[in-house]
Amino acid sequence: MKPEYKIISDLIEKNAKVLDVGCDDGTLMEFLKTNKNVNIRGIEISKKKVQTCIAKGLTVIEGNAEFDLKQFPNDSFEYVVLGQTLQAFINPEIVIKELLRVGNRAIVTIPNFGHWKVRLNLLFKGTMPITNSLPNDWYNTPNIHMCTIKDFVKFSEIIDFKIFKSLALINENVSDINNSNLIFKNLFGELGIFLIEK
Amino acid sequence: MDIKQNIKTLIVEKPLKLDCGQIINNFPLAYETYGSLNHEKDNAILVFHALTGDQFVTGINPVTKKDGWWSYAVGSGKSIDTDKYFVICANVIGGCMGSFGPSHENPKTKKNYGTDFPVITINDMVNAQINLLDFFGIKKLFSIVGGSMGGMQVLQFISNYPDKTKTAIPIACTSSHSAQNIAFNELGRQAIAADHNWSDGNYNSRNLVPDKGLAVARMAAHITYLSKKGLQEKFGRKLQERDDLKFGFDADFQIESYLRYQGSVFVDRFDANSYLYITRAMDYFDLVKQFNGNLSDAFKDTKAKFFIISFTSDWLYPTQENKDIVIALNAVGANVGFVEIESDKGHDSFLLNIPDFLKALKNFLDKSYAEKLS
Repeated sequence: MKPEYKIISDLIEKNAKVLDVGCDDGTLMEFLKTNKNVNIRGIEISKKKVQTCIAKGLTVIEGNAEFDLKQFPNDSFEYVVLGQTLQAFINPEIVIKELLRVGNRAIVTIPNFGHWKVRLNLLFKGTMPITNSLPNDWYNTPNIHMCTIKDFVKFSEIIDFKIFKSLALINENVSDINNSNLIFKNLFGELGIFLIEK
Repeated sequence: MDIKQNIKTLIVEKPLKLDCGQIINNFPLAYETYGSLNHEKDNAILVFHALTGDQFVTGINPVTKKDGWWSYAVGSGKSIDTDKYFVICANVIGGCMGSFGPSHENPKTKKNYGTDFPVITINDMVNAQINLLDFFGIKKLFSIVGGSMGGMQVLQFISNYPDKTKTAIPIACTSSHSAQNIAFNELGRQAIAADHNWSDGNYNSRNLVPDKGLAVARMAAHITYLSKKGLQEKFGRKLQERDDLKFGFDADFQIESYLRYQGSVFVDRFDANSYLYITRAMDYFDLVKQFNGNLSDAFKDTKAKFFIISFTSDWLYPTQENKDIVIALNAVGANVGFVEIESDKGHDSFLLNIPDFLKALKNFLDKSYAEKLS
């Protein structure tokens, strides 16, 4: 289980209606079901992973979040979770807007491209960074829109959504991000976790 | 065709008002069951058959002596596990395996109904079958399942009886028959009508069988159940028991021989008038129109858990039409899962041994049953 699942779970109220976008093999869905007794649905693009979710008794729709979120009416869910996939979409702006349309709140996690290892990697090697959370080569990565924690904070001002809570994951420890420590967290945070609202 | 033996039949006494306006009562509804109903009566699954299916879902069909049409999916230890669930399937009204249909005798004329039989709809089929629940004393089914026309019956059932099932699995179907679907059905009907033996539907009283027309109808339909890729891989341009083309019109190619065979075995087990009536029922099916253009309204009262399944190479009821059902369900916040199964076997995939499909079906049913849904 990914370390951020516990953090995501802490951000969600009990018995809420939740949509997990890109729910993978349903690990987070199961975790939230057990811990928060949520009414949870998932969308997943991979047929194989959808099968895995069905085998776990989870309600999952095979689909592409970029096109298939539009089938949900406004405010269908209290929370919509998007784990580490924002950077893989053709149009992250539309995705964020869709998340906040179908959900009252969204939890978005991003692998931080501003992490010092990523920066050093590029600085000294002169090649596109490969790290634990970004294991692919530039030519086969699904991540076409990488951003940093700082970029995401800026993004919230540009496309106008509120960041209700922002957290950084550093060595499996979680800490708050605020204006005064943003530069630091942007350098050391492996993952940014944001609870956002319209 | 002596089919009266070995067929369980419920005589439905309650009057049923058909969509065409006619009222029928005391009509026979032939059915079969597999497995046993548990004490709580919460393990029943109603299976709906497709156009040319019947109530003999699995095991050896006592009439045709062949395997039941869904033997891959239904049986001991299979996806629809008869060790666990009580499976019920009825022959649709309009059919020819014992349920009230055009080959039944009209008491007024003492002849078969033929084309005097009322035009029936998917709605009528479902409304006839709901009587089975009372008959078995089942308050709520655990599931309703069906592919193709069976899937249409699943959708109609849930819209008519939103609280009569805990789960619903429409497979490879549509909420509204497309122009292409209607076109293919019309081709089949015209093939039957063009057979001189059909005699405007009165062939029984003249001891004739419009077998040529019915065979052509089946051949044309059969092509629509397969995919181009599947056909190419199975048959290609292979020749039938010959080394070279014969420069004639016998079946030179294996695909020709295969289709002729499919046509010839079909006429032994199916009634031409039933074929007309059931294809008509499919063509008339338009759940979207029934709910004034908003399919979601068909599902707004149900708490059932849905699982929609389509197949990649099904061009008769393509994935998008199945997805439209998912979209309509999501619009009313229904509990719906969806998967498109990879298969090059076309629409027929739901009847075949496609492991991914059978696994998904089994997992959904068994996990849902364990959840003890209310």
